[in-house]
Amino acid sequence: MRRRWFYFLLFLLILGLNLAGAQTNREELTAITDVKIVPVVGEDIPQGTIIIRGNKIEAVGAGLSIPAGAKVISGRGLTAYPGMTDAACTLGLYEIGSIQATIDYRETGRINPQVLATEALRPDSMHIPVARANGITTALVMPSGGLIAGRSGLIQLVGSTPPEMVLKSPVAMHIELPAIARGGFRRQAAQREEGSRLLEEVRNVLDEARFYEKRKIVASKNKLISPPDFDEKLEALLPVVHGELPVIISVHSGQDIRAAIKFVQEQKLKAIFSGVSQGWMVAKEIAAAGIPVIFGSLYELPPSWEDGYDALYRNPGVLRQAGVKIAFSSSSASLAKELPYHAAKAAAFGLDKREALKAVTIYPAEILGVDNLIGSLEKGKLANIVLAEGDILELRTVIRHVFINGKEISLSSIYEELLDKYKKRNTKNE
Amino acid sequence: MKRAIILLSICFSLALSFPLWAGGNLLLKNGTILTVTKGTIPKGDILIIDGIIKQIGENISPPAGVKVIDVSGKYVIPGIIGSHTHIALSGTNETGDAITAEVNMRDVLHAEDPSIFTAISGGVTTIHTLHGSANPIGGQNITLKLKWGRKAEEMIFSQAWPTLKFALGENVTQANQQNVGQERRYPASRMGVVAIIRRELTRARNYMAEWDRYAELQKKKFFEKPLLPPRKDLRLEALADLLRGKLVARCHSYRADETIEFIELSHEFGFKIACFEHIPEAYKIAKELAAEKIGISVFMDSWAYKVEAAEGIATMPAYCAQQGVLVSINSDSNERIRRLFNDAAKAIKYGGLSEEEALKLVTLNPAIQLGVDKWVGSLEVGKHGDVAVFSEHPLSAYTRCDLTVIEGDVYFDREAYLKERQEAQKTHSKPNLGGGEQ
Repeated sequence: MRRRWFYFLLFLLILGLNLAGAQTNREELTAITDVKIVPVVGEDIPQGTIIIRGNKIEAVGAGLSIPAGAKVISGRGLTAYPGMTDAACTLGLYEIGSIQATIDYRETGRINPQVLATEALRPDSMHIPVARANGITTALVMPSGGLIAGRSGLIQLVGSTPPEMVLKSPVAMHIELPAIARGGFRRQAAQREEGSRLLEEVRNVLDEARFYEKRKIVASKNKLISPPDFDEKLEALLPVVHGELPVIISVHSGQDIRAAIKFVQEQKLKAIFSGVSQGWMVAKEIAAAGIPVIFGSLYELPPSWEDGYDALYRNPGVLRQAGVKIAFSSSSASLAKELPYHAAKAAAFGLDKREALKAVTIYPAEILGVDNLIGSLEKGKLANIVLAEGDILELRTVIRHVFINGKEISLSSIYEELLDKYKKRNTKNE
Repeated sequence: MKRAIILLSICFSLALSFPLWAGGNLLLKNGTILTVTKGTIPKGDILIIDGIIKQIGENISPPAGVKVIDVSGKYVIPGIIGSHTHIALSGTNETGDAITAEVNMRDVLHAEDPSIFTAISGGVTTIHTLHGSANPIGGQNITLKLKWGRKAEEMIFSQAWPTLKFALGENVTQANQQNVGQERRYPASRMGVVAIIRRELTRARNYMAEWDRYAELQKKKFFEKPLLPPRKDLRLEALADLLRGKLVARCHSYRADETIEFIELSHEFGFKIACFEHIPEAYKIAKELAAEKIGISVFMDSWAYKVEAAEGIATMPAYCAQQGVLVSINSDSNERIRRLFNDAAKAIKYGGLSEEEALKLVTLNPAIQLGVDKWVGSLEVGKHGDVAVFSEHPLSAYTRCDLTVIEGDVYFDREAYLKERQEAQKTHSKPNLGGGEQ
C-alpha cells in the first residue's frame, strides 16, 4: 500500500517536473525595445517594444514594461516589420535549374491533383537562407506544369524536416491556363480557343470527382452496390468541389480571366487567381467577383506590346485601386529574396506604398487563410519579425535580425559562407 | 510576320510622333545631378550643345533655341551602359562551327528591335551587344548608342574598342543540351575548349608568319615572276587582329579555374583580355583579376540556373570591386536591361559599396571596359550628353526612369509616352478581348 503511494508521488513529481519544464520552455521571453514598429495592421509606433513569449507575440506597443527574465534586444535605429510572405515560389523544390535531379516542382503528365509540394520539400536548400536573410519568413511552395499541377503548402523558412517547416498544407489546388502567346495572329487566335477548352477539361475532371463521390455515398448506403475503385486524383479533388480547398488558377489574358471568373462561379469554387498579367483590362470584374490575385514575377516583359512597356508594373496598382485584394510573389527559388522589390516596383508605377507593404505581409496571409497566425505584428500571432535598418521594401536596406516562431534565425547564407572561404585566399600574400 | 510589322510601325510611330529630337541641344533644369565622378549637385542644370555637355552647374540660362526641360525633384545620372547584351541583333549564335571569329555582329544589326525601346525605358543609352556563347571563339561584337528610331549605322559607337567574343564552360561544351544518342560537337569538355582555342591561335600565328614571309620575299628583287600570296582567310585574319592588338577579347567564363586557364592562354599568345563575362566565381580569384587588370561584367544576383552558376553569390560584385577589380553589372537579357539601376543598388546591401561606387557599376565602369570612358559614363563637361532622369534616387526601389537622352536628343519621355497612349486609347476605344462586352 505504502509502496503504491510512493509510486503515485513519484509519478506526480515527474509529471510536475515535466510540466515545469514545458512551462519554462513556453515562457521563453524576448523583448525588442526602443524600436520603430510597423505592425502593418494598425498605426505605426515611432518608438515601442515588442514582447515575444515562446513562439508568439505577447504584446506590441509604446511604454510597455519589460517582463522579468526577458532577453532584451535593442532595436535602436531599426524598424520592426512582420516577416514577409512569398505567395508563390519553388523554394525547397528547386536547386539548380539545369539539373533535372534537383527539380521537384513539376510532375509528369497534365492532371496531378494528388501531388503535394510540401511532401517534396528539401529543408537544406541553399536558397532558403538567402530568402529569409532578406526578411521573408513564410512561403507558399507550389507545384507547376500541366493543367492541374497539384497542391501547394505554406512553409516557414526554418526547420530541418518538412513537417517542422509546414505551417499549413495543403493550401490550394493549382490549375494553369496558358501564358499569353507572343507572335502571329494565328497563334493568338488559336490560344483564344485554348483557355476555354482547358477550362472545359477541368470541368469534366471536377464532374468526374463529383460522380465518384456520389458512387461512394450510394455504395456506403447500399451493400448491393460496390464502391468505385480508389482514385487518388479524384479523392484529392473532393475538397475542391466542396468549396473547401481553394483553387489557384494561373491565368493571364483578359479574356481567359473573364472565362475563369465565370468558371469558378458556375462551379462554386473558392478561387484565387495568379499571374493575371492583363488583369488591368478586367479589374472591375475581378473585384466584383471578389477573387484575390497573386502576381507573378514583375521581372517580365509585357505579354503584348500594345499593353505598354510598363503593363506589368502598373497592373498591381490598377487592380488594388479597383478593390482587388493583391499579393506579390517571387515565382522563383533562387530569387525568392526579390519579393519586396516586386512590390516596390509596383509602387513606383502607381500602387500606394503602404498597400505594397501589405501585399507582401497581411494580404497574402488573408488570401491564404492564415491571417490568424501571420501577416502583422499583433498580439497572439506567431513571432515572425524582421528588424531592418529602414524601409523593408528598399533595395539598400540592410536587415539586422529575423525571428521566426519567436526564435532569432542566423542571417548567414551561402552568400557569406563562400565569400568568407575565399577571402582568406585573396588576402594571403603570395 | 505581318503582325510584327504592324507592331513595329506602332512602336515607330509612337517614337517618331514625339517632338523628341531637339538637334542635340538641351537644357535640363533644377535636378539633383549625380555626376558619378564629380560629386552631387543638389539642384543643378545640365546644358548640352550639339550633343556634348557644355556646362553643368546652377542657374544656367538657356541659349536661344535650346529646348528646356524642367526636372525639379528628379535625379539626373549619366546614361546607363549595358556592357553585355544581345539585343538589337537579328542573330546571336553562329552554331554551325565551333570557331567563327569571322562573324561580325555589325552585319546583323536590327535597329527596329523593340528591346531597344525597353532598354531606353530603363535609362540605358549605350550597349555592347555580343555574339552568343555557343562557340569557344564566337564573333566580333559591337557597341551601340540606343538611338531608337534611327538607322543602325547611326547607332554605332565607333570609338569603342573592337571586341572578339570567346566562351568557356557548359554552353560551349553543350553540357546542358545533350540529346540521347546524338554525338556531341567538338569540343565537348573543358579540355577540348582550351585545346581548340590554342589550335586556332597557333594557326593564326602561323598565318601571320606566312604573310610576313611573303612580304619579306616580295621586297627581295631576284624573283622574276610575281609571287603567289598566301590564301586570305577571314577567320584567321580576325584572330591575327587579336594577336596584333587590334581586337580585344571579351571572354564568357563561369568557373574560376577555366578563367585562370584562359589568362594563361592570353600570356602564351600575347593578347589582351578586356573583360570576363558573367564569371560568377570571380570572388575566388579576385587577386589574379586585380593583378592582371582584367575587368569583369557580371550578374548582380542571377545564379543557380546551371552547375557552373551554382556558386554565383550576390556578395561577389561588391567584394571584387573592393579588391580592385573593375566591375560592371550586366543584364544579358532584353528584360533585365531595363532595371540595371535596381541591380546596382543591391551592391550596397550585399557588400557595402557606397552609392557612388554602386552607380559606377552601370555607368563609368562599363564605359571603361568598352574603351569609351572618354565620352560617356559620367556627367562631365566635354562628354556626350547621354543622360537618364529618374523620379526618385536611381538606387531606390521606388524609382522610375522618366527621361532618356542621348547626345542631347530625347529618346524616351515617359510623360509624352503616357500622353500618346491616352490618345491611342481614345481612338481605339476599349481593349480588344476577343469578344464579349465590357
